[in-house]
Amino acid sequence: MKKSFFSSIVSQIILLIFVIVWIIPTFGLLISSFRDKDLLATSGWWTSLFTTEINEIYRTAGYESQFKENNNYIIKGNIFNTKTGKKIKSFGITSKNINEFLINEEAIFKDGSKIEISETGDYIWKSQIPFENKKGKRVFITASSPPKFTLNNYKEVLLNEGVGQAFINTLAVAIPSTVIPLIICSFFAYALSWMRFFGKDLLLATVIASLVVPLQMSLIPLLSLYNDISNLFNISSKSYPGVWMAHTGFGLASTTFLLRNFIKSLPHEMIEAARVDGANHYDIFKKIILPLSIPAFASVFILQFLWVWNDLLVGLVFLDQVPSEIIITAKLRELLGSRGENWEILTTGAFVSMTVPLLIFFLLQRYFIRGLVAGSVKG
Amino acid sequence: MTIFSLFVYIFIGVLVCVAYFHLSNFLLDFFTEKTSKKSINDSSIRVIIFIAPGFIVLLIFILYPVFETVRLSFYDKYGRDFVGISNYIWAIQNPEFKRAILNNLGWLLIVPTLSTFFGLVIANLADKLWWGTIAKSLIFMPMAISFVGAGVIWKFVYDYRGPGDQQIGFLNAIIVFLGYEPQAWLTIPLWNNLFLMAVMIWIQTGLAMVIFSAALRGVPKDMLEAARIDGANELKIFTSIIIPYLQQTILVIWTIITILVLKIFDIILALTNGMWQTDVLANLMYDWMFRGGGDSGRGSVFAIIIMIAVIPIMILNIYRHKEEQKI
Repeated sequence: MKKSFFSSIVSQIILLIFVIVWIIPTFGLLISSFRDKDLLATSGWWTSLFTTEINEIYRTAGYESQFKENNNYIIKGNIFNTKTGKKIKSFGITSKNINEFLINEEAIFKDGSKIEISETGDYIWKSQIPFENKKGKRVFITASSPPKFTLNNYKEVLLNEGVGQAFINTLAVAIPSTVIPLIICSFFAYALSWMRFFGKDLLLATVIASLVVPLQMSLIPLLSLYNDISNLFNISSKSYPGVWMAHTGFGLASTTFLLRNFIKSLPHEMIEAARVDGANHYDIFKKIILPLSIPAFASVFILQFLWVWNDLLVGLVFLDQVPSEIIITAKLRELLGSRGENWEILTTGAFVSMTVPLLIFFLLQRYFIRGLVAGSVKG
Repeated sequence: MTIFSLFVYIFIGVLVCVAYFHLSNFLLDFFTEKTSKKSINDSSIRVIIFIAPGFIVLLIFILYPVFETVRLSFYDKYGRDFVGISNYIWAIQNPEFKRAILNNLGWLLIVPTLSTFFGLVIANLADKLWWGTIAKSLIFMPMAISFVGAGVIWKFVYDYRGPGDQQIGFLNAIIVFLGYEPQAWLTIPLWNNLFLMAVMIWIQTGLAMVIFSAALRGVPKDMLEAARIDGANELKIFTSIIIPYLQQTILVIWTIITILVLKIFDIILALTNGMWQTDVLANLMYDWMFRGGGDSGRGSVFAIIIMIAVIPIMILNIYRHKEEQKI
């Protein structure tokens, strides 16, 4: 009893370590996408989860805001200028000793003026002679900063960096690139399962053989074919219909293979009975096969949709890398090059690109897994 | 592309496809009913209607390109003049190619092995615990993410700042916390390959885990019970019962991940773009095919090499799939 208890604890710990290691990278990305971009560039994302101590430099207001009270010239204000929720612990007036004074202590500048700072950043700066500095004085503060998150990065990335546009483009690529092969392949698979015609076995063998062809083989010939067509009709060789067809082609073998395996496994008595009743193949397909194949369709749909959504290569080769056509993965790669140090843009962009797959993943996990287990043959 | 045109595009794209099947079948019915011969109702015309789109797509997008790529590999960079096998000779003598082959071999050895191993361990642990489903779900999640997205995630983990600065990359933060010097991980030759592989392992472990999880339910319960009664500990059960029992599944997963690894492209393009000696075949192929005007001859050579590498594993995989179907 004791032994199995011990081994269960060990199992739990090992699994927990795996989960933590697996989840931390994504979690860090998610947190970072909601952080202020200046903080993101200077501190690790893990610091944003807790109240942290920060050292910062601020300036007081200049002489223009001074007023006179009881023979003292006074400048009042808030050192942060805006509400931040930060709590000051100590402050200093020289860079050598940045936490010389505690809050509500009086610090004396070289010119004899005195400053007092409260926890919230309100300060009173007094002097017996009129203030003359235009820019105010530097004050070094040590403060505790509570976790703070913002949606600004999302606003920036979706509207100004073109990721929002790329997101829409990707939908325009992914939806037809999933539906078209599904329709074509379901008929194809049906014919390969239940129709009798000359060369059926050879055709099936060809489909299966196509599984081994990596899509890299098709790129150059297809691109030059597209170029020829575009020259002939004087249209652009890179277009949405072009990319749909390319994805249809690359998904065809595996989709047909999976659907055929499913359709073939349906009871043949049912189909034969319908044939005897005089139904033609189109009726059988519509009224019997389609309704029964919904779960298989769901799996294949999810698999192909995620494949297209996450694809980079096909999108790079068959679409122009311009704002109206670029897909989200290509956009992300472009940002990695051009905004490599702007982590607020990269993390947010990456997260935007992940929203659709993650949504599908969490809502339809069962079908996704079923498709993956069955669909391990995509070439 | 506005939202409006998005819907128009999708609508047209799908409509054309549906319309083809519906109209052609409708017309067939219409004309055959007029001739009122039930027997030709399902004539060979319907077979053609069903098969034609799939067959044409197969022909144009897979079969023709295979032959064309093979042809192009024997031609010059514009595909005009026959150059014999000089593209192949060039590839073999190219130091970049050697580098890429070595890197790909490294990927092949490490990624499938570790992903399969981790997947098996996690599936085995998770099945016994009440929170196992949640754990599996979290570990499986990277499967849904694109390679580029995963690339961004990990580039952030590997981020490097000078020794005096605050590290914002998680890995360097740990290293500094432990008292070592921070490193620019992705620029250290040879080691950086391991950091790139980690991304792939991170993704593929989920796949392995899910398949193992399904397979583990097939391990006979009484066998495990008997072993426990005989006093075998969990580790012993794992190594002498579960692993031998899952041999077939291990092979399947190993082949799936191997094929993916052979074609690995996005992760390298996003993280290092093949610099610092991290190049792999697929990235090299992309470079030669499309950079600086492109060289269709040399690019095709790399595509063919990838295909030759994939074929035996794919055949194994399809064969296995057919065997499963029989059962």
